Amino acid sequence: MGCEQWRGKLDAYVDGELDLAEARVLAEHVRTCSACAADALGRVQMKRAVQVAGKRYTASTELRDRISKSLTPKPRRRVWHWQILAAPALVLLIISVATNFYMGREGARRQRVYSELADLHVAALASAAPVDVISTDRHTVKPWFQGKIPFTFNLPELQGSEFTLLGGRVTYFAQTPGAHLIYQVRKHEISVFIFQDRAFEDHGEAAASLPSGTEHALSFNMENWTQDGLRYFVVGDVGAGDIQALSKLLQDAR
Amino acid sequence: MKAPEKLVSAATFEELAMPLFDQLYNFARWLTQDTAEAEDLVQETYTKALRGFSSFQAGTNFRAWMYRILRNSFLSSRTGLKTMVAIDEEGEENLVPAESTTPESILIEQADRAMVQRALAELPVPSREILLLCEVEEMSYQEIAETLVIPIGTVMSRLFRARKGLRDLLRKQVEGGRDGV
Repeated sequence: MGCEQWRGKLDAYVDGELDLAEARVLAEHVRTCSACAADALGRVQMKRAVQVAGKRYTASTELRDRISKSLTPKPRRRVWHWQILAAPALVLLIISVATNFYMGREGARRQRVYSELADLHVAALASAAPVDVISTDRHTVKPWFQGKIPFTFNLPELQGSEFTLLGGRVTYFAQTPGAHLIYQVRKHEISVFIFQDRAFEDHGEAAASLPSGTEHALSFNMENWTQDGLRYFVVGDVGAGDIQALSKLLQDAR
Repeated sequence: MKAPEKLVSAATFEELAMPLFDQLYNFARWLTQDTAEAEDLVQETYTKALRGFSSFQAGTNFRAWMYRILRNSFLSSRTGLKTMVAIDEEGEENLVPAESTTPESILIEQADRAMVQRALAELPVPSREILLLCEVEEMSYQEIAETLVIPIGTVMSRLFRARKGLRDLLRKQVEGGRDGV
């Protein structure tokens, strides 16, 4: 290859853009050809001169700061946002964790109470003698409990309602004696449990903290409330409407 | 989840882009030949780049991408429109240098830094920018091709022309200076 052809490649050579093999051959040529060597040296010097001359301008620090600031979301604002958001978020988190925990425990203990009462209800109905006092007359049933349970209660007049009193028995719930009454409506039995509310508290039993209201659990409908220091539970497989109607009657009983 | 993503990309962008600040400014200043315009151009470049950072493909050349944005912003500016009107591609036919009366080594020895700077400033923008990218930014032909969005062959021919132009301007200064003495 002649010098003319090599010269066409000198730029690429000094720019480091020739492939390795070609660069090696050219380097070999430059070592032996003073004209090409001088040419290559001149190009390298020119490159260097442009490099030095080209690094000429320096930006103001103001510009750098301005641009840098425009790129970063302001740290102070970010922290501020974080704190503003974090405080309520933390409170919410704590509340939700506590509530979940509480609700979880609440739910579990409520479930326990309901299943236990449902068991009592079902066990009584399954027994050969569901009730110990067989009477449709509240004036017979109520006195029967005297001396058997440490409290007394009022039973409603059922005249004009769909409900019939079948009878009653003494029951125990969480080591507490109570009255278990069985009513009937359209061939369905409904259990009414009456306990001393205080007894629940004394025993630290879950039922003490049970909120009043209607529940649907294990396919039974259940209503519970506290009245005159007594806790009432109405459990049955009838509709919530019947449960509530009977509850109303019991609540209004004088 | 949009906001954290944006924060992350802004942080990454800053990490990638801020180290280029001095070079970009120098380049912008050479292109515009004006401090205020250069500042605006760099600011605009960063703003556009940050906005378009999501479209930047990781693994491709970030530096070339930034320079491309800067250059495109410059070309669409009033100064840029004026200076780039005269681009005409000559192709690759002139790769063999013309004979020069003064050998390059001697020319360079006699040309000081200010002379080279004056010659660079006098060069038409296409020649000036490619020389800056090649010599000052030390970009490879491939990077220059990516930055200017031209084929490598055009990079080589434009570079050749730019060097020839620079030599001519320097020679004029050196020989003119010599004549003046």
